[in-house]
Amino acid sequence: MIAHAIFFYTFSTIAIVSAIMVTASKNTVHSVFFLILDFISISCLFIMIGAEFLGMIMLIVYVGAVAVLFLFVVMMLNVTQQKNQWFSSAYSSKHIPIGLIISTIIFFELIIVIGGWKYKPELLNNLDYSVNNEISNTHALGQILYTDYIHIFQISGMILLIAMIGAIVLTFRQRSGVKKQSYFKQISRERSEGIEIINVESNKGIKIDD
Amino acid sequence: MEYLSIIFLEVYKILFLLVPVLVSVAMIVWLDRRIWAFVQKRQGPNVVGPFGLLQSLADALKYIFKEIIIPASSNKVIFVLAPIVTMTLALIAWAVIPFSETQVLANINVGILYLFAVSSLGVYGIIMGGWASNSKYPFLGSIRSAAQMVSYEVSIGIIIINVLLCVGSLNLNDIVLAQENLWFVITLFPMFVIYFISALAETNRPPFDLPEAEAELVAGYQTEYSGMMYAMFWLGEYANILLMCALGSILFLGGWLSPIDLYPFNLIPGAIWLILKILFLFILFALVKAIVPRYRYDQLMRLGWKIFLPFSLFWVVLTASYLFYFNLLPVN
Repeated sequence: MIAHAIFFYTFSTIAIVSAIMVTASKNTVHSVFFLILDFISISCLFIMIGAEFLGMIMLIVYVGAVAVLFLFVVMMLNVTQQKNQWFSSAYSSKHIPIGLIISTIIFFELIIVIGGWKYKPELLNNLDYSVNNEISNTHALGQILYTDYIHIFQISGMILLIAMIGAIVLTFRQRSGVKKQSYFKQISRERSEGIEIINVESNKGIKIDD
Repeated sequence: MEYLSIIFLEVYKILFLLVPVLVSVAMIVWLDRRIWAFVQKRQGPNVVGPFGLLQSLADALKYIFKEIIIPASSNKVIFVLAPIVTMTLALIAWAVIPFSETQVLANINVGILYLFAVSSLGVYGIIMGGWASNSKYPFLGSIRSAAQMVSYEVSIGIIIINVLLCVGSLNLNDIVLAQENLWFVITLFPMFVIYFISALAETNRPPFDLPEAEAELVAGYQTEYSGMMYAMFWLGEYANILLMCALGSILFLGGWLSPIDLYPFNLIPGAIWLILKILFLFILFALVKAIVPRYRYDQLMRLGWKIFLPFSLFWVVLTASYLFYFNLLPVN
C-alpha cells in the first residue's frame, strides 16, 4: 500500500505542477511539452486505478496524435514574437476587463456544476458497483459500449467524421497551374503520344510549345 | 526488507532483458552494414574482431570519447533531453515482449496497446531534437519525420485491429497462442505485407528515410548532434527497428511458437524461435535498404493515406464479416 501511495502522490504532483507550468511558462513550445507531461502522468493515474485501457488510449490519442498536431502549430506560428508585441503595446490594458469577465463567468459556472452534481445513490452506497474481476477492463468496456450505448457511440463517431470532412473542405483549395503527377497517365502513355516526329525545313526553324 | 528484495529482483530481471537487447542492437548494426555491403559486392566492416564482429564496439568507444558539442543558440534542456527520450522509449517497449509463455517481464492485459502507445511517443524524440537544435535542416527533417510517423501509425493501428479481431484479446501471449494452428501470416498475408512496409516507414528506414535524406537535409534531425548523444539516437533507432521486427513476428509469425509442432523442434526454447524470426525480418529490412531507391515525399504520403489506409480499412470489414458469417468470432 505504501508503494501505491508513493506512486499516486508522485504522479498527481507531476500532473498538477505541469498543468500550472502549461499556463505559467513563457515559451509556448515549453508549455506544449508540459501539457504532454500532464497527459502522461494522468494516464499513469488511470492505470493505477485499474483503468488500463483508458490510460493507454489516452497516451495513444492525446499524446501520440493530438499533442503532435499542437506542437506542429505552435512551432510553425511565431507565437513568442506575437505575445511580446501584445504585452508591450499600450492597448493591452484594454483587454484585461474582458478577460476578467470571461474568467469569472467560467469560474462560477464551474462552481455551479460541481456544487449541483448529484451522484447516483446506488453508486454512493456500493462503491464496487458491478466491478467484475473475472473479465478484463477492455472486455468490460466493450460489453457496455457496444450494447447499451451503441447509438451514442456511433453518433459520436459520425460527429467526428463530419468534423474531419468539414476541416478538409474548408482548407481545400484548387490552385491552378500546379503540376500534378498522374500515375495512371504516366503508365498508360503510348509511344505515339510521347514522341512526335517533325520535319524541320532548313533555315526556318520550328516553334514547339511546351 | 521485503520491498528491497522485490526491487532487487525486478532490477535483475530488467538488466537480464536490457543488456542482451543492447548487445544485439550493436550486433544488428554490424549485420545491417554487412548485408548492405554484400548486396553491393563490397566487404563491409571486416577488420575489428572475427568477421568484423566487434566493429560496433569500436564505434561505440569512438563515440564515447568524442566531445559533445551543444550549439550556442540551441534550447539546451530540450536538446539534451531528445536523445534520452528516443533511447528510453525504444528500450521500455521491450518490457512486454513475451519470449515464451512465462518469460515475459510484464504480462499486462493491454500489451499490444502499450507497444502501440510507446511507438507513437517515439515521434517526440525526433521533434524535440529537431526543434531544439535551432537550425533549419534539423527542423525540416523533424517535421518530415513527424508527419511520416503519424501517418503510418494510422495504418499500423488498423492492421493491429485486423489481428485483434482474430484473437479477441489485447494480451501479447494470447495473440501468440491464437496462432498455434495457423500463423496469421497465412490468413492475413496482405496485412503482413502492409505491416512490413509501414514498419519501414515508422522506423525511418530506407526507402522511407526522408528525415535524414543526406542529399537534401545533411542528416536531418541528427545534424547538430555529436559524440554520445548522436550514438544514443542511433541506438534508439536500431532498438526501435528490432522492436518492430519483434512486433511483426508476434503478430504474424507466431512469436515464440515453433514452426513445426514435432519432436526435435519442440525441445528448442521459445526465445530462440522468437530471435530467429526477428532476425529473419531484420534481414528483410536490411535487404530492402540495399535494393530499393528512396521515395519522394509526396509519393510517401500518397502511399500511406491513399493506398494503405483504405485497403487496411477494407480488410478490417472483410475479416470482421468473414468471422461473423462463419461464426468464428473469438468469444470468452
